[in-house]
Amino acid sequence: MAFMGDVLNPLPLWQNGPTPGSFYNFPGNASLGPVGRTVQDFKAHSANPITTTTTVIGLKFDKGCVIAADTLGSYGSLARFRDCPRVLKVNDLILLGSGGDYADYQYLKDIIEQKIIDEQCIGDGLQLKPKSLHCWLTRVLYNKRSKMDPLWNNYVVAGIQDGEPFLGAVDKLGTAYEDATIATGMGAYMATPLLRDALEKGPLDEESAKALVRKCMEVLFYRDARSFPRYQLGVVTADGVIVEEPVELKHDWTLAHMIQMK
Amino acid sequence: MSSIGTGYDLSASQFSPDGRVFQVEYAAKAVENSGTVIGLRGKDGVVFAVEKLVTSKLYEPGANKRIFHVDEHVGMAVAGLISDARQMVETARSEASNYRSQYGIPVPLKYLNERVSMYMHAYTLYSAVRPYGCSVVMGSWSEHDGPQMFMLDPSGVSFSYFGCAVGKAKQAAKTEIEKLKLADMTVKELVKEAARIIYLVHDELKDKQFELELSWVSKDTKGRHQLVPRDVAAEAENHAKQSLADIEDSDEGEM
Repeated sequence: MAFMGDVLNPLPLWQNGPTPGSFYNFPGNASLGPVGRTVQDFKAHSANPITTTTTVIGLKFDKGCVIAADTLGSYGSLARFRDCPRVLKVNDLILLGSGGDYADYQYLKDIIEQKIIDEQCIGDGLQLKPKSLHCWLTRVLYNKRSKMDPLWNNYVVAGIQDGEPFLGAVDKLGTAYEDATIATGMGAYMATPLLRDALEKGPLDEESAKALVRKCMEVLFYRDARSFPRYQLGVVTADGVIVEEPVELKHDWTLAHMIQMK
Repeated sequence: MSSIGTGYDLSASQFSPDGRVFQVEYAAKAVENSGTVIGLRGKDGVVFAVEKLVTSKLYEPGANKRIFHVDEHVGMAVAGLISDARQMVETARSEASNYRSQYGIPVPLKYLNERVSMYMHAYTLYSAVRPYGCSVVMGSWSEHDGPQMFMLDPSGVSFSYFGCAVGKAKQAAKTEIEKLKLADMTVKELVKEAARIIYLVHDELKDKQFELELSWVSKDTKGRHQLVPRDVAAEAENHAKQSLADIEDSDEGEM
């Protein structure tokens, strides 16, 4: 019965005419009418982070600020990369910490580093100050989120502004605040109370601030399932910025069997 | 001048019958009118010294600088039209920045020089543009490559040098540089020599006022290009003035 053609997949009844039930798209109007639109005209936006990092902690003390963050890059719940440093010396006045999507952080880090070089090239000896970087970050992140394409990060800016310590945070929406204690991600729930509690008991010096932050990193390691026992600590004072080499925190799970989850 | 009135000197896109491009030669003339610039490559780094002529007392000290940072690790000293030179600096900066964003490492000076030279050369090819009226010297130091220095002409030609001089007194400066054992000297020693040479070749009768600009990039600066610190520069400058005074004294003694 070859003369009947393909019975199972017949050709359309007629072609090159208006699609039944839709508006006729005049010739030459192809790109303007609704029919001319294809899926490719719509831009896909990042809707979630890929390789992520967890908490950043920032704490002010009498003469400066300290920042700490572990070095784990997680791929979902998989602990995938073990050396993702994310405490950055921006210049002699600014220390920057980041949590969230690691690729987004690396992208912005390159831009910030070039900003600093451009500034050095001017050669007037002036340096970017922490408040300015904090404000700049709010503009960049807010602008990106307004395009529905956010950079998926939390940033903690620590530094010395006109002799005084400065500590500020910016999130992926461009929401920004300054505080004496900052903890992002899971740390916001688990480290903030510890930090605030210590701060209420009186002013901190550099050593006690560092000790407190180290304690918070330990607590977070026990409680935050996306954390890691290897972390970096950075300190900024009027003397400059120091980012320490990563250190391993000591952990002891012998008590674990005592904890009964009901 | 053989070029004038022949009609071959109006455009950079035409050769003269004897195979010259006069516009490029005129650009080189513009460089020869500027203050002397020298670059010295020692064993642990590069030193730049510039005789910046101050044409008016009304300028602030330090105005119209002739030594620039291109990137953290690259310095550039310029001779010739300052506005043309600034554009070259801007070109070099964007090349360095692009390289850094593409490859994540500081641009090798050899590559940067190649790019800037190509840019300079492009302006010797067309009738619609004039060549750049400036020469630039670029220098850097890295652990891997050691000290490196290049000088670039308005023609787009560039070479790597141990020591180079450009500007008004380039001949006298070159003669002085040739006396130095550059490969054995450290930047600390070279700064003194550089300052001395600039003071020596400066023509007090024609150009009254000048400022000495000094910069270096070396192992001691961790490969960063920096202006020579004020105290070191002052010491070098005093040493230069002293040795100049000594020469004058001995000249008088002979007479």
